[in-house]
Amino acid sequence: MKTGQLKIKGYCSISNNRVILNDTLLMEDPGSDFSTFLKLAYKKMVTNYPKFFKMDDLSKLGFLAADILLKPMIRDSEMSKNIALVFSNSASSLQTDRKHQESITDRENYFPSPAVFVYTLPNICLGEISIKHRLYSENSFFIFNHFNVAYLHDYAMGLITTEKADEVLCGWVNCDTDDYEAFLYLVSTEGNIEHHKEEIIKLYTTK
Amino acid sequence: MNSTYLSYNNIVSSLGFDSPTVVKNMHEGLSGITLIEDENLFPDPFYASVIDSHYLSKAFKKLGRNGGYTRLEQMMILSLGNIITASGVELTDRVGLILSTTKGNIDCLDPKHHMPPERAYLGTLGHIVKNYFGFATEPIVLSNACVSGLLAIAVGKRFISQGTFDQVFIVGGDVVSNFILSGFNSFQALSPLPCKPYCKQRSGINIGEAAASVLITKDNNNLPAEAVEILGEASCNDANHISGPSRTGEGLYRSILSAFKEAKVGPSHIDYISAHGTATQFNDEMEAIALNRLGLGSVPLNSLKGYFGHTLGASGLVETIVGMHSLYHNTLYSSMGFTELGVSQPLNIITAPTVRNLDCFLKTASGFGGCNTAAVFKKLGS
Repeated sequence: MKTGQLKIKGYCSISNNRVILNDTLLMEDPGSDFSTFLKLAYKKMVTNYPKFFKMDDLSKLGFLAADILLKPMIRDSEMSKNIALVFSNSASSLQTDRKHQESITDRENYFPSPAVFVYTLPNICLGEISIKHRLYSENSFFIFNHFNVAYLHDYAMGLITTEKADEVLCGWVNCDTDDYEAFLYLVSTEGNIEHHKEEIIKLYTTK
Repeated sequence: MNSTYLSYNNIVSSLGFDSPTVVKNMHEGLSGITLIEDENLFPDPFYASVIDSHYLSKAFKKLGRNGGYTRLEQMMILSLGNIITASGVELTDRVGLILSTTKGNIDCLDPKHHMPPERAYLGTLGHIVKNYFGFATEPIVLSNACVSGLLAIAVGKRFISQGTFDQVFIVGGDVVSNFILSGFNSFQALSPLPCKPYCKQRSGINIGEAAASVLITKDNNNLPAEAVEILGEASCNDANHISGPSRTGEGLYRSILSAFKEAKVGPSHIDYISAHGTATQFNDEMEAIALNRLGLGSVPLNSLKGYFGHTLGASGLVETIVGMHSLYHNTLYSSMGFTELGVSQPLNIITAPTVRNLDCFLKTASGFGGCNTAAVFKKLGS
């Protein structure tokens, strides 16, 4: 069993039309709507992943935040890494659920699409990240009414101390009717920030 | 590390409202899958495993809290209430609550539904269940496609090992809805007939609805006769495709390998495999490949989808609970719907109820997003 205090190796947030990586504002575009902002962030962050455009908004948001955070740390993209993904939010995949519901409500205008339906699960976002970064690791998607630091903290610690994962990418990725927010942090045995509930809350609220 | 156990358990399904009744009906060869004609659910008649609404509301009314609860909430409350009472566990701040569901109250998004669409928030569902019983801790809702139920067991065990809780109640559930049927149909994944997992004539899945509950505890006192120890569990992604399984079964292979490692067992210790077996072409083939890569092709195996349909967020729980009873009765139950092997690798499909000494079983699940979960359970005192 690995012992000792765990650390936070890095964190990334995308909210209020700003992208922040480890205390550094990478970009902002206050005027644009959410989908325009996502496209802009995709370009500016040199994402270069055409599959991105097939994703729903939740997957795009989580994918971008994970990519911005992991890219500088992963040198060999083909090497498999044991980074578990533990995400949470309050709206699950409801934005896409509403879209699928619209396509089946009216019998005269019935057009359910597999390309939409597949995104009616929040963990698809984790699948997208796993494919991009070759992560054959654990995926868990939790739903809480609010960011629940206590559960995420204990769960990430458990995964590393029992050697189920070397590192855990944790956080909150939410898309709802008039709100979006991504905050991800990487729990590791190395880094400069202590993996404490208070520290995580501080990073989450001062972003 | 301390041991953790699966203890009191319940299944609310079309085959009965408690685990012993459900298992007895399975033993007798009954399936809960019937032809349903309901245009509110699907334009054409379809095969599914649906709970009788009159029976459900009659059972729920007995609890003395009429009105104000959705179909899924009634199923979950009935199921969970049963095991909270049976276990006598006091709901202190050391007792967790995990809900496993893929879509929760998704039927409330339909404008025709009598509940407001806000009821579809999964956190709301969590709090309704929490408040009904008076849990002292925040509910944890896990929504991880079709591995949710089995993963919830792994998550519960880990929170206990980590010291967050001493005991965790898990309730899983999903309902048959026009949302789900139209979606799976758009994938051309629905079978026009009762499903036939691993069979040459298989033609896709049937959707089912169920709620199932289990208590996870580290306390080895006050366990029911069918209790099992959780020896090991793991969950690995295919890193391959979001809506189709890996052709090599990579994630499932890794999940089983990793669960075996934690359980300190190998293929020779496994007496029975309760597999996922949705009866789609790709899923069943993928499982056959992954299991054979591990040398598990000759272990007796069933899929229970032919009894319950695919109950989504409940399936992993329902199937694990049946596995517990299978061990307790030393009986392997038939893989309903199977006649002739239709995958490229050998599998030892159970075709008739068989009495045999059983000690240890492997449960697996796989789902959209490329997720896979495996867990190994062992009978107590063996």
